[in-house]
Amino acid sequence: MFGEGILRGLAETARNFFGSYVSKDRLTTIQFPEERIAPIEATRDFPFLVYDGNDWDAGMRCVACQICEKECPPKCIYIDKSKDKKPDAVGKQQFYPARFDIDISVCMSCQICVEVCPFDAIKMDTDFELSTDNRFGGLLLDKHKLAKSNEYYHHIHPTEAAAVDAALADERAKTEAKAKAAAEAAAAKAAAAATPSAAPKESAGGE
Amino acid sequence: MIVLSPSNIERIDQIFVLTKHWLMGYVPAVAQPLTSAILSVLPVLIAFPAIFAVTTLLERKGLGRIQNRYGPNRTGPWGVLQPMADGVKSLTKEDIVPATADRWVHFFAPVVMVIAAFLAYSVLPIGRNMVVVNLSSGVLFFFAIGALVEVAIFMAGWSSRSKYSLLGAMRAIAQMVSYETPLVLAGLVAVMATGSLSTVSIVEAQAQYSHYLPNWFVFTPWGFAGFVLFMIAATAESNRSPFDLPEGESEIIAGYFIEYSGFKFALFFLAEYLGMFATSGIAITLFLGGWSAPFSFLTWVPSYLWFFLKLLAITCGFIWIRGTLPRLRMDQLMHFAWKFMLPMTLLNIFAAAAWKFFPVGILRWLGCAVFLAVAFVLLTRGLKKRGDVSVRQYRFAD
Repeated sequence: MFGEGILRGLAETARNFFGSYVSKDRLTTIQFPEERIAPIEATRDFPFLVYDGNDWDAGMRCVACQICEKECPPKCIYIDKSKDKKPDAVGKQQFYPARFDIDISVCMSCQICVEVCPFDAIKMDTDFELSTDNRFGGLLLDKHKLAKSNEYYHHIHPTEAAAVDAALADERAKTEAKAKAAAEAAAAKAAAAATPSAAPKESAGGE
Repeated sequence: MIVLSPSNIERIDQIFVLTKHWLMGYVPAVAQPLTSAILSVLPVLIAFPAIFAVTTLLERKGLGRIQNRYGPNRTGPWGVLQPMADGVKSLTKEDIVPATADRWVHFFAPVVMVIAAFLAYSVLPIGRNMVVVNLSSGVLFFFAIGALVEVAIFMAGWSSRSKYSLLGAMRAIAQMVSYETPLVLAGLVAVMATGSLSTVSIVEAQAQYSHYLPNWFVFTPWGFAGFVLFMIAATAESNRSPFDLPEGESEIIAGYFIEYSGFKFALFFLAEYLGMFATSGIAITLFLGGWSAPFSFLTWVPSYLWFFLKLLAITCGFIWIRGTLPRLRMDQLMHFAWKFMLPMTLLNIFAAAAWKFFPVGILRWLGCAVFLAVAFVLLTRGLKKRGDVSVRQYRFAD
């Protein structure tokens, strides 16, 4: 009959109206500041820099290779390379970023920086409460603000971080083995040369 | 404690009328006409905008719940202070007038609209003896003033010099002119049954009881059909969903008031709701017995409470409809007005006329009901067959 569909629709909306007072399952809204849902592992918003250990500056994995800076499509990363070197996450002597800025007002969360990083130093964060009263300075994150611990990385992306840790441990073992071999070779050489005044010229792996 | 003696009931029912008379006693005779007018108009000017504020909250809450959301709940307990927050917001917003707009017409459009909306209340009997003016041609006055809204809408649309505004205004005029005819014709049956154009006598004719039940026109077949048709036309007249084409957010953004901001926008919003209350009020007056109680043993409840309860019920109905039905297309709207509403209202007038000439009894009731039902079925069948009224076919989405 004509108008039947309208009546059916009215019944449906009435069911929704009263149902939302009766059954809590109908109301899917999360009342945000008071209520939160468990974070989703695959989520991502802006990049951060991972550091190992307790000192954010000393433990930073980034070696200032500047690949991410070059690959960044919106060009939101700015890096100044250091003049000196220090050991990196796997134990090799490397440069480190004297300055590392990301303008998250420009960042488009594409994750290309993460994909191109050979050192597992830059990862995607899940922190979304980033509002600030300063639209320029407040959204330009420097090295300190970007630095977050490996524990935090484990907390937000457990699966991914475990894989990264395993790969890094593997790498570190290789480096150590190589250094050991090099040291042994150097020692053997020294012994063979048998010059009493000769000191070991190379300490640990020099690349 | 107040004892509910007949005299006390009478006093509570007439409390506003008595208060006015008491106040008038202190006014010198020269100033009496003016004071009397002000004292009659002032409650209307306060009560209905207050109801508007409550309705905006009710609507947002209701629509939210229909869509399984909470609705506003941050301002005060259950969001009850939301209307106040909205008011502050609209008052503090910048008032932007387009550079090419016709300044004066642009300014006066919302004013004319609000005035027209308020004028309609002058003939609404809100309670027993509570009407601003008892015009002998009250119903006619109501519809005439209602037509003034169209002028305001076109003023707004034309003066803004925006294509969206003009399109919205043109849609609004086409729609309101089309639906004015069935609106008046649907309301006419009540006038025919009463033999008077005065809203007060129409209500008084319905405020009589037989076997506990009142003689509301909505309980007769022609009255019921008239009420339904009247409410459909009233929905279209007040530009509410599913007839909200003049606003049509998804196509023309906000229609005729797109170039209005701040307080002027709030005035349009107010006028729209006031128009809705006014048409609901006249529907109550014509079909739902105005201020009269639904049962004879409930007549001790003050008459104005009954009026506002009925108004609340109709407003909830409007919200319910808005939460249910999607917007019509322009051609569907016009087909519906001219090919369904107009013939149905004309047939309803025949039914109401025939009612007068048959003897009182169940046979008259049934005959009238069958006549209208057959007319409805045949008309909609015919329209369906011709393809004028049909279920919407989706070509690209399903």
